[in-house]
Amino acid sequence: MRNGVLSESPAVRRTLIALAVGFLTLFLVLPLLAVFSEALRRGLDLFIAAFAEPDTQAAIGLTLLVAAIAVPLNLLFGISAAWAVAKFEFPGKSLLVTLIDLPFSVSPVVSGLVFVLLFGAKGLLGPLIDDWDFKIIFAVPGIVLATIFVTFPFIAREVIPLMQEQGTAEEEAALTLGASGLRTFLTVTLPNVRWALLYGVLLCNARAMGEFGAVSVVSGHIRGLTNTMPLHVEILYNEYNFVAAFAVASLLAGLALVTLVAKSFLEGRYGDQLARAHRH
Amino acid sequence: MAIAIRAEGLAKSFNGTAAVRDLDLEVQPGELLALLGPSGSGKTTFLRLVAGLESPTAGRILFDNEDATALSVRDRRVGFVFQHYALFRHLNVAENIAYGLRVRPRATRPADAEIRRRVADLLDLVQLAGLGKRFPTQLSGGQRQRVALARALAVEPRVLLLDEPFGALDAKVRRDLRRWLREIHDRTGHTTLFVTHDQEEALELADRVAIFNLGNVEQVGTPDEILDHPATAFVAGFVGEAVRLPVNVASSSLRIGPHQLRISCGKVTGPAELFVRPHDLALATDSQPAILARVLAVRRTGPARRAELALADGLPTVEMELPAGHTARKGDILPVTLVNLRLFASR
Ligand SMILES: Nc1ncnc2c1ncn2[C@@H]1O[C@H](COP(=O)(O)OP(=O)(O)O)[C@@H](O)[C@H]1O
Ligand SMILES: [Mg+2]
Repeated sequence: MRNGVLSESPAVRRTLIALAVGFLTLFLVLPLLAVFSEALRRGLDLFIAAFAEPDTQAAIGLTLLVAAIAVPLNLLFGISAAWAVAKFEFPGKSLLVTLIDLPFSVSPVVSGLVFVLLFGAKGLLGPLIDDWDFKIIFAVPGIVLATIFVTFPFIAREVIPLMQEQGTAEEEAALTLGASGLRTFLTVTLPNVRWALLYGVLLCNARAMGEFGAVSVVSGHIRGLTNTMPLHVEILYNEYNFVAAFAVASLLAGLALVTLVAKSFLEGRYGDQLARAHRH
Repeated sequence: MAIAIRAEGLAKSFNGTAAVRDLDLEVQPGELLALLGPSGSGKTTFLRLVAGLESPTAGRILFDNEDATALSVRDRRVGFVFQHYALFRHLNVAENIAYGLRVRPRATRPADAEIRRRVADLLDLVQLAGLGKRFPTQLSGGQRQRVALARALAVEPRVLLLDEPFGALDAKVRRDLRRWLREIHDRTGHTTLFVTHDQEEALELADRVAIFNLGNVEQVGTPDEILDHPATAFVAGFVGEAVRLPVNVASSSLRIGPHQLRISCGKVTGPAELFVRPHDLALATDSQPAILARVLAVRRTGPARRAELALADGLPTVEMELPAGHTARKGDILPVTLVNLRLFASR
């Protein structure tokens, strides 16, 4: 790259770089700055006051709750799916791998509708649930379900290629040394994928807190009860309450920034291990 | 004497294809047995069956005359050294070696100080003292393999199984490690099974050698027995630098191409295969039956000189060690006789 056939002329190179930076500025940096400046336009006092609002606090609390349920469950799911796919041969394995990607290829709105069709009042399982006096659609359980569905590929997809690449030799070594299956998993398999796992958790969490489409369909938008942060932002915005809308939005944007920083830290420090996972 | 490991009618197939078939083998306590054979002959599969990493399709495995076929890997107490080391990448050298001791149930787990002492002893044994804090990626291939051996020895296994332990190393390191492994074996006395496809390695290192072919053992014996008295045509062709010549045997004479040699050929008659190694040929004295062979080239191999000989058109060329000071040159015609007959009836 440094010399020879692949090097472009300096003019071409500068144009390409300028184009890329300009594009990023226009579509990423400016909007992000706009969010923060809009939120702080009327001063810090109003910005802080926006968070004193009980409905806003409820939305933040609900988002945290949903993420706190969805991320650990997807961590469990991701690890077990990766373990099964990478270390064992079984019929239907390639189908499972394809299915894991499904939420990425389906529009989130459709994902939400699926749950309405399943658990809604007129849904397939709706009457059944009605008998138990337990609401899923237009209630917190539905939001949690939709979020889990939309975010489950993130962790599995990070871990599967890495585990596949690492093979089973270290596990076999542990077994011959007298370790039990569980012990082998905890002391060999898990530590070998820990950075990919953390990376997947970060991405999964960012999406779980930021998901709009699927959650919007199942939530019912009940203020103070079934509004997550993204939904609450939309409501505030539609009510022309711009400062509050952007204040909440700036929290989400801040989460994105934190995720980005943590992500690039991981990539810088453990790039070799993560790169393997992305070579596919 | 008790038998350390016995395989009885052992078989393993993967999706219907046999990797090991109806294999019988006995391993003596304390011996170093090399499993030698071409790639794909089932050596690794056999070793993994012994370790319990694969379960047999048929047959039994006995440790010290007790059936171990149903024992799980962790209960077999084998030390396994993998071809590509399989060190725990997130643990340092000392932690790797200590692993097998740390995972023991509390009742049999040594105290921390004792574990540290054992690890230090093993690091000394494998000549890696001072490198305990390094991670596997910070070691050379030879060093990694020595850590793998120390880790396997730490659990005091009743047998040590090594799968091409030096396969991924360069020739010089291989030779050093080979001697060193023999020393360690003599010092610790472990019953050891050692897979290799390098016959020099097997013949130099092992007490006995088992020759693998097509998932079965063709012959087990000391290196001398294998080299001097190969039991099958496969063994004769596989060990030594043997050249295979198609011959015909009739009433105590041997026909090689156009030549007829009056030699006693034992029980073999009819079409047969003759395996010729450089030491099997010698210059014939006047009274000996001889073939007139043409010298194609003279080469130096170490201290000796070897002549490459054409016995007849259409036959593979053979090599012969020349006596010291002999002045044969390309194009000479030499009278050659067979001092060793390794003859197998054609199938
Ligand atoms: N896990 C496996 N799945 C399918 N076939 C296998 C497996 N392991 C080994 N084999 C096959 O079994 C045969 C013997 O292999 P192996 O024991 O590795 O031979 P060697 O170690 O002597 O080279 C080969 O034909 C190989 O392809
Ligand atoms: Mg092998």
